[in-house]
Amino acid sequence: MSVRRLAKDQPASFAFTAESQKAAQWWLAKYPEARRQSAVIPLLWLVQKQEGWVSEPSIRFVAEYLSMPVIRVLEVATFYVMFQLEPVGKVAFVQLCGTTPCMLRGANDLKTVLEAKVGPRNTVSADGRFSWEEVECLGACCNAPMAAINDYYYEDLTPEILGQILDDFAAGKSPQPGSYEGRKSSEPKDAIQTLLDPRLYDGSLAKPIKALPNAPEKPKKAKKEPVA
Amino acid sequence: MVGILEDKDRIFLNLYGLQDWGLEGARKRGCWNATKAMLDAGPDWIITNVKNSGLRGRGGAGFGTGLKWSFMPKEVKEGRPHYLVVNADESEPGTCKDREIMRHDPHLLIEGCLIASFAMQAHACYIYIRGEYVREREVLEAAIKQAYEAKLIGRNNVHGWDFDLFVHHGGGAYICGEETALLESLEGKKGQPRLKPPFPAGAGLYGCPTTVNNVESIAVVGTILRRGAEWFAGFGRPNNTGTKLFCVSGHVNKPCNVEEAMSIPFRQLIDDHCGGIRGGWGNLKAVIPGGSSVRMIPAHEAEEVLMDFDALSALKSGLGTAAVIVMDKDTDLIKAIARLAYFYKHESCGQCTPCREGTGWMWRVMERMVTGEADPKEIDTLLDVASQVEGHTICALGDAAAWPIQGLFRHFRHEVEDRISLYRANRPHVQGAKLVAAE
Repeated sequence: MSVRRLAKDQPASFAFTAESQKAAQWWLAKYPEARRQSAVIPLLWLVQKQEGWVSEPSIRFVAEYLSMPVIRVLEVATFYVMFQLEPVGKVAFVQLCGTTPCMLRGANDLKTVLEAKVGPRNTVSADGRFSWEEVECLGACCNAPMAAINDYYYEDLTPEILGQILDDFAAGKSPQPGSYEGRKSSEPKDAIQTLLDPRLYDGSLAKPIKALPNAPEKPKKAKKEPVA
Repeated sequence: MVGILEDKDRIFLNLYGLQDWGLEGARKRGCWNATKAMLDAGPDWIITNVKNSGLRGRGGAGFGTGLKWSFMPKEVKEGRPHYLVVNADESEPGTCKDREIMRHDPHLLIEGCLIASFAMQAHACYIYIRGEYVREREVLEAAIKQAYEAKLIGRNNVHGWDFDLFVHHGGGAYICGEETALLESLEGKKGQPRLKPPFPAGAGLYGCPTTVNNVESIAVVGTILRRGAEWFAGFGRPNNTGTKLFCVSGHVNKPCNVEEAMSIPFRQLIDDHCGGIRGGWGNLKAVIPGGSSVRMIPAHEAEEVLMDFDALSALKSGLGTAAVIVMDKDTDLIKAIARLAYFYKHESCGQCTPCREGTGWMWRVMERMVTGEADPKEIDTLLDVASQVEGHTICALGDAAAWPIQGLFRHFRHEVEDRISLYRANRPHVQGAKLVAAE
């Protein structure tokens, strides 16, 4: 568990922009009418996309939007660590994976780069443009070490490459997410030895199948249930 | 040929994203082929064939997928619709396979969702994807849109089974990979596991009958039915059948995801696909074979082992999600496990006392063992506490936190003892110093 509290300085109010409003309605349509509460995580995420972090007025706003008690939304906002309860770097917010698979491949060296270039962890730089934190496994272990910067994954990093990416952000560029080792995704580098058979991709697998293996002798139609 | 599995027998044909992930590309690779015929054959036929294939859940526990499906009520009661929920909250350290399915082969997953939902008489399915997978979610949403537009799913689709598929995302909590915590989270609450029973098949999402399956378990179903249960059952040893995505990370020359036959020897997996161990086989120290939650095995055991459920559990480890974390002789194993202890401390949901307090306590002691400051007696205290956390919590996170530590001491206790002696060697004042409790 981690102790997470709301920020000391809070804005006076919060409201969705027209765009967020539309997205919120799109999310709500996914759940049964009586289960609006299901949309609380996606809605808090929309808040964070809009403002950069989740403030106390926005928690009240979401509670009202979903007809939920405020405490229930507060619980969710503090339980899930993806919700930033303090402002983060506006240009680049770096979430460095520090769990064992990344650590084995050099994540600790990347921390040194971040400390030198951005400053201490969980602290926004003086100009408000950069901040970083260490997070737990982001699920890209075959491309370790890696970091998520503003939502997207930057993989196969070295201290030099991460430094370069940060410099690019500082210069107003948008560095491409993905592998920085020349890989497309998680294939063995320069040594793909599988999935090379051209027959897999020439359309022969799309030919109609006359009879499924073990097909029942007389295919019977399943009884259709009414939509609940 | 490399490995055991031939290209013609692979299921995930776009694992590396070199082809088109879209509907047209997926169809060309055989996806959505004869799906209607499968549905026409009826739910019982689907469940029987999935059972016969020997498919065991790919999310870690390895429970029979067909058997799990058969626990769902046969009749749908008024006001209690059935749900399928796909667990795409992939957060187990070392595991990165579902991510590749969702961003590179999403239509296999969508097709599997339709087939599985039909088999369990569900008209709605939610895919719960971890919040950090933003790119993966974007691709999956786009693929679902394609499937709706092609009338493959949705109301009045070409398959004759009304079916809605929704993507839901989480907020970065490992615990939501536990099925009942996932359901709580999907209902808009904190992700704290529920007591079982009732099991989700009786009362799951919104109190209705629900089955929760891993992404890989669902995504392979279409191909299994297309090619036959016997085909799938033909790979691997009995009770450990099929093909499996292995995620190899850590100290290998070429870390990668690869689909292989179950029961492939560990040595062959690493040599054929991952370019061998960094510094050669003589440099291998230990392997965590199934994601961070299983006990590590030392080099001499790893070199002989077959990668499947039974062989690894015989070594008191497990196949888990088949996420292989390789550690060579340069690795500070104590530090590696202390970092995992921190992970579990961070991810404990705080509901059960043994886990909430125990994970933090174990982490703090582990950190002192990394530096060598701990007292030798604390090793046994730590193992005692680990065994008291294990099995005394609602969900398996308590077990998962205890096992890596137990694995370390089972095989490398001497390293910790050496570290402590080394620290004390030139510090006479440490000897016999008053013990300070670890908070």
